[in-house]
Amino acid sequence: MEILDLARFQYAATTIYHFFFVPLSIGLVFLVAIMETLYFFKKKEIYLDMAKFWGNIFLISFAVGVVTGIIQEFQFGMNWSEYSRFVGDVFGVPLAIEALLAFFMESTFIGVWMFGRNRLPKWVHLMSIWLVSIGTMLSALWILAANSFMQEPVGIEVVNGKATLVDIWAFLTNPQLLVEFPHTIFGAFATGAFVVGGISAYKLMKKKDVDLFKRSFTIATVLGMVAGLGIAFTGHWQAQHLVSSQPMKIAASEGLWEDSEDPASWSLIADIDEENKTNNWSVEIPYLLSLLSYNSFNGSVEGMNTLQEQYTELYGEGDYIPPVEPVYWSFRIMTFGGGIMILLSMIGLFLLKRKTIMENTWYLKIMLGAISLPFIANTAGWIMTEIGRQPWTVMGLFTTAQSVSPNVTAADLWISIIAFLGAYTILAVVLITLIVKQVKKGPQKDTPEKPDVDLFNKEAFGQ
Amino acid sequence: MSLNELWFLLVAILFIGFFILEGFDFGVGMSTRFLARDQKERDQLVTTIGPFWDANEVWLITAGGAIFAAFPEWYATMFSGYYLPFVLFLLALIVRGVAFEFRHKVHTNWTNLWDWMIFIGSIVPAFVLGVLFTSLVRGMPIDASANMYAGFTDYFNLYSVVGGIAMVVICFVHGLTYIGLRTEGPIRERAQEMLTKMYILLLVGLIAFAVLTYLSTDLFEARPVATPLLLFAAVLTTALAYFFTGKRMEGWAFTMTTGTILFTVSTLFVGLFPRVMISSISSDFNLTIMNASSSPYTLKVMTIVSLTLLPFVLGYQIWSYYVFRKRVSDSEPVGHE
Repeated sequence: MEILDLARFQYAATTIYHFFFVPLSIGLVFLVAIMETLYFFKKKEIYLDMAKFWGNIFLISFAVGVVTGIIQEFQFGMNWSEYSRFVGDVFGVPLAIEALLAFFMESTFIGVWMFGRNRLPKWVHLMSIWLVSIGTMLSALWILAANSFMQEPVGIEVVNGKATLVDIWAFLTNPQLLVEFPHTIFGAFATGAFVVGGISAYKLMKKKDVDLFKRSFTIATVLGMVAGLGIAFTGHWQAQHLVSSQPMKIAASEGLWEDSEDPASWSLIADIDEENKTNNWSVEIPYLLSLLSYNSFNGSVEGMNTLQEQYTELYGEGDYIPPVEPVYWSFRIMTFGGGIMILLSMIGLFLLKRKTIMENTWYLKIMLGAISLPFIANTAGWIMTEIGRQPWTVMGLFTTAQSVSPNVTAADLWISIIAFLGAYTILAVVLITLIVKQVKKGPQKDTPEKPDVDLFNKEAFGQ
Repeated sequence: MSLNELWFLLVAILFIGFFILEGFDFGVGMSTRFLARDQKERDQLVTTIGPFWDANEVWLITAGGAIFAAFPEWYATMFSGYYLPFVLFLLALIVRGVAFEFRHKVHTNWTNLWDWMIFIGSIVPAFVLGVLFTSLVRGMPIDASANMYAGFTDYFNLYSVVGGIAMVVICFVHGLTYIGLRTEGPIRERAQEMLTKMYILLLVGLIAFAVLTYLSTDLFEARPVATPLLLFAAVLTTALAYFFTGKRMEGWAFTMTTGTILFTVSTLFVGLFPRVMISSISSDFNLTIMNASSSPYTLKVMTIVSLTLLPFVLGYQIWSYYVFRKRVSDSEPVGHE
C-alpha cells in the first residue's frame, strides 16, 4: 500500500473506533444526568442506584473516548502535516477552543462527580454531572465546526496558498454545522438510549432488579423516540442542504450518474458499476428523491457525470467522483438503521403504555440485539460524510493526496498502525468484558465514606 | 507585547502547567512501584490523584490545540517530525488512562496488571517529553520547507537522554512531595525517607543537565543572563525542598518542587524564544513565532476567546483541588463512589 493509503487507513480506523465511544458517552452521561436529577427531586434511592449503575458504564466509555481522542488531536500533525499547514489558521481554532472550553470542563467535573458525592452539597453534585454532559456536547459542537469547515469552507479565504480565517462568525454559523451538529447529537442520544434500553431489556428478561431496569428502560425508550425523530428531521435537512452545497456527495449517495428525470425517483437498491459509470439495475421509488431534495413532487437532481464536467472546468483535470459504492450503501445502512430505531422505540412506548413489556420477551430480545444499531448507523453516517467528500479534505480547496505528511515513511505508518490497532483491539476485548461484568453484577448499594484529615492544616505549612 | 509573543507565552504556560500538574501524577504513578508496598497502598496513592489526573492531562491537549491554532507550522513540523516518539507517547497515555478507570472494575490479579500499566504509562510519557523538548532546543534537521527528517541520534543523544531521565526524576520527586502532602499513615513517612535520597539524585541530574545544556545548545549564548539564573533557581528550589522535607514542612517542600519544574521548563522556553523549532541544518530554516504563526486575525480571535475562558477554567480547577484537599488514608474505600 502507498503512504497515502496507509495514512488514510489509519485515520479511518482510529476515527471510527473513537467514534464508537463519543456518541455513547454523550448519550449515556445525558441519561445519567437525568437520573441524578430525578434522584435530586424525588429523593428515591432507586434513582441513585440507577445513576451509579449507568454511570459506571459511562465512565468506562468515557475513559476509552478520552484516550483515543488524544490520538485524534495529534494525528493531524503526525500524518497530515501538509493539511495542518494549509488549514491551521482556521482548523486549529475550534480544536483549541474545544480543549479549553469543553475538555477542561468535562475532565474536571467528571472528577468532582465521581469523588464528590459525599463531600458536596447535593445540588452542586447534581450540577457537576450536568456540566459534564454540557461539556461533552460543547466538545461535539467545536469538533463538528472543524469538520463542517472541511465540508463547506466558509468564513475563510485562501491567502498565500493557505486557508485563512477572515470571519469567525461566518465560520461558526456555517450552514453545514447547523444541520450536522443537531443530527450528530440526536445520533448520540439514540446511542445512549439504545445501549441503556438494550441492557435493561436483557435484565428484564432475566427478571433481575426489575423496578430499576424498567425505569431505566422507560427513560431510554422515551429518549430513543425523541432522538429517532430528531435524527430523521435533521438528517432530512442535512440531505437537502447537501443538494446545493455538496451535490456530488448526494449524487454518489443516490448512485446517480446522469441527471435525474424530473420528478426524480429514489433508488432503493442498485447494482453499481463504478468502472463504466453506470448502474446495471436499480429498484426505484418514484417521486421520492424530488420529495427528499426539495419537499416537492418535482425537481431534478444533478448526476455525477454532469458534476464531474463542472468540477473539471472549475478545478482543472482530475477525478472528482468519490468512491460511489461505499457512499451509496453507507447512506442506505444509516437511514434503514435510523428507521428501525424509530420503529422499535414506537413499539417500546406502546408496550410500556399497555404494561405488557415483561410478557413480550421477543421484543426484549430484539432490543438486546438492537444495541448494535446506533453504532452501525453512526459509523455509516460518517463513512458517507467523509468518503462522499473525496477527493477533497477541504471541499474545493485541498485534496487528500496533498494533505499527507511528506516526511513520514511507510515503515512509520506500519508501526503506528500495528501499535494503535493492536492496543485498540486489546482495549475492545477488555472493555466488552468489563461492561458485561458490570451488567451481570448489576446495581450496587452505596458505601459511606469515612471522614479524613485536612490538608491545609498548620502542620503542612510549618511546625 | 505582540500577539505572537503572547501566544508563545501562553503555549509555554500551558506546558509548564502541564508539567507541574501532570508531573506529580506521573510521579504518583511511578511511586506505585517504587514506594507502595502492597495493593492497599497502591489504592491509597491512586486515590490521591483520582479526581485530578484527567484534567491535568487536558493541559497537554490544550497546549497541542494552542500550538495548532496559533503556530500551525510548529504543530505540523513537530508532530510529523517526532512521529515515532509520539506513537510511543500516545500508547503509554492510552494504557495509563484506561488503567485508572479499569483497575477498580476487575479481579485482584487484573488490578495488578493495570497498576503495572499505570507505572509504565507514567514513566514513558515523562521520558519521551523530556527527550522531545531537550532535543528540540538542541536543534533538529529541519529543511527549507519546514519538514523534519530526523535519524535515531537526532532524537536520542547524550543530552536528550539525560533530559528524558531528568524529567522522569523531577516528576518522581514532585510526585513524592505530593504524596507527603496528600496521604497519611506509613506511606507518608516512607515518602519522606525516599525523598531525602531522591533529592541527591535530582541535584546531580540537574547539574548534569545544566552542564550539557551549556555544551549541547546555544541557550547560554541566546540568554546569557536568564539561562544560568533559571538553572540556578531550579537547583536552589531542589535544595530548599530537601531542607523543607527534613523539617517536615510538606506544603513548602511541594511548593519548592513545583518551582523546580517551573524553572527547568522555563529554561527551555526562554532559551527557545523567539524560535519555536531550531533547525540544525541552517538557522535560516528555524521556525519562529513570526514565520510559524497564524494570521493576525486568528491570533486576535484566539486571544479574546482564551482570555475570556481562562479565568473560569482556572477557577473551577482550583475549586476542585480545594474540594478534594483532604488527606487520603490507607483504609479509604477503593475507587469512586
